[in-house]
Amino acid sequence: MRLTDLTLKELWHRKSQLVSGLLAITLGIGVIVGIRSFSVVSEKAVAVNLDNLGANILVLPQSSSVDNYYAADIDASTFPEDYVEKLVTSTIPGVDNISPKLTRRIKVGNENIVLTGILPKSEIASKPIWQRGGIQGQQAAASCAPSGPQKYADAKLQRKGIDTLANNDCFIGSGIASRLKLKEGSKLTIMDKEFTVAKLLPETGTVDDDRVFANLHTVQALLGTGEQISAIEIMGCCSAISEGLLGKLRNVLPDTRITTIGQIVSTQIENNKLMSKISLVFLIIIVFVGGISIGNYIWGNVNERRKEIGILRMIGYHKQYIYYILVLKALLMGLVGGIAGYILGTLSAMWLGPQFSGIAVNPIYMYFFYSIVVAILISIIGSLIPAYLAGKIEPFSNMQED
Amino acid sequence: MLIQIKNLTKTYQRHDGAINAVDNLSLDIPKGSFVTITGASGSGKTTLLLMLGGLLRPTSGKMVYNGNEINLHKEEELANFRSNHVGFVMQSFALIPYLTAVENIMIALNVKNSDKAKNRKGALELLEWVGLDDRTTHYPKELSAGQQQRVAIARALANNPDLLLADEPTGNLDPGLSEEILGVLKEINQNHNTTIVMVTHSPMAAEYGNTKIQMKNGKLHTHVSNVIAEQIN
Ligand SMILES: Nc1ncnc2c1ncn2[C@@H]1O[C@H](COP(=O)(O)OP(=O)(O)O)[C@@H](O)[C@H]1O
Ligand SMILES: [Mg+2]
Repeated sequence: MRLTDLTLKELWHRKSQLVSGLLAITLGIGVIVGIRSFSVVSEKAVAVNLDNLGANILVLPQSSSVDNYYAADIDASTFPEDYVEKLVTSTIPGVDNISPKLTRRIKVGNENIVLTGILPKSEIASKPIWQRGGIQGQQAAASCAPSGPQKYADAKLQRKGIDTLANNDCFIGSGIASRLKLKEGSKLTIMDKEFTVAKLLPETGTVDDDRVFANLHTVQALLGTGEQISAIEIMGCCSAISEGLLGKLRNVLPDTRITTIGQIVSTQIENNKLMSKISLVFLIIIVFVGGISIGNYIWGNVNERRKEIGILRMIGYHKQYIYYILVLKALLMGLVGGIAGYILGTLSAMWLGPQFSGIAVNPIYMYFFYSIVVAILISIIGSLIPAYLAGKIEPFSNMQED
Repeated sequence: MLIQIKNLTKTYQRHDGAINAVDNLSLDIPKGSFVTITGASGSGKTTLLLMLGGLLRPTSGKMVYNGNEINLHKEEELANFRSNHVGFVMQSFALIPYLTAVENIMIALNVKNSDKAKNRKGALELLEWVGLDDRTTHYPKELSAGQQQRVAIARALANNPDLLLADEPTGNLDPGLSEEILGVLKEINQNHNTTIVMVTHSPMAAEYGNTKIQMKNGKLHTHVSNVIAEQIN
């Protein structure tokens, strides 16, 4: 029996009190880990966005929010599909690759998926009126002078690769493929309609991994929306954008929200900056609240153990051993609180991330160590004053109660 | 002489004025003696015992241990004095509730030596000596009052003290158990030549001493020493 063993036994002896002692620190660490895990993924999403996007203009219903590019079209309200024709017939220069989409969140069995209807190029091409507009077949990237960031100029929109998409075919994201165990050629039944998986899309780390792409008109029929869509993606020529393309588009479609993806991306970058600031603020709060709460807990513990501390002093332990058992206890509590907080924060982010913003969040293992280090530091600092005061307990405290 | 105290005074400041709990008291305690202290409640017995054991610093006066004056002002020197020379037995047993009998003794042995295996062996021997070899892994609340006091005595002996201080060790025990515990103390005094100072309420217990002191208002009231009497004869 050494003092370390004594500390462990005492911790175990009063284990039910640990829950309240650890609450503040666990919640605090949990919130920070949650926010950070979430914003790291969404930062990554921004990066993927910048690299892979072809479309750089998004037409959304007036009421939609543009906080998150990947989720902007999900559950948005709709507008008529013939807006596409309006765009085409307006013959505004610098508009390429007009791509209407209709997106809804649905369930397949127990899995949440995002169903997106798109029009393959072959169908756009088959519409004579669109051909007249001269959209079809043009290579946007080539036709646009790279006046914007290079990323945009040579971007490859993944969805641009969809040349044909039969009515009964669908393309699925990697997340769905793995969760529903689907391969190319598998059958997938969505709302009583059977689709054939024509293609597995590579993992992107975005909500696209949870998307099923099917033919727009099939999706409209399934969802019963009629000829409605929730977004139009446009490849705008970069020089045209800087020459006021958005304004011209807004004149054609006055009751929509038209935004460049650059804007969305920068909104998202702003959001992430805000998140970082929030987590910094939380970090400061947790250092105070967590430290005070652990300090308060240890002080309660000291008072409960006055007699016992008196006994240890009586049998000859020096003050610093009293400091040792209390600071060690705080350290162990920090360890437990850090681990619990990390798990809590990570699981919450993994669970809430997809629900609120359609972003899949993965655990960040590095934060496991940060959580522990921060929690331990906070606990130790919080325990210093109570430990110091405990050192002042007189060695005869256990004899004077009678 | 094991301990000599000279003009020892402990003054407590209280809201109703200062009180000398121990008042200018001088006393010599010979090596190997068994001193019993009686006196009315509040007469200063515990205060005197605490000072003898280096648990409480006197307001004035001095204490000489084995011919060396103890520096009463260095807290950690007093802690060393306690672990090296003194064992304590309390009326309330003063055991740590979440440690087993053997662990309560090991934690005392650990003050001077952190060898766990050796400490366990030593603690088991002590428990056997006080007759508790079948209760080593019991927690204090699983032991009777008499058994708890035996564990406390075993712990007090852990570091081979020259001086054993007991404050009403039988105060919480019924007469039968009291005699058992007093018997253990007497054996320690006689077989190990450990000096014992015991505070007690009970005249019967006081008879175990070969030096009997009665206190009144912080002073010695009567002082009967058989040790000295024996030496004179
Ligand atoms: N910590 C203290 N503060 C103030 N007065 C005290 C304290 N401890 C003891 N006393 C007083 O000192 C006197 C002697 O107490 P004590 O030594 O406990 O007596 P006894 O053990 O003989 O009953 C009593 O009047 C008691 O009230
Ligand atoms: Mg007393």
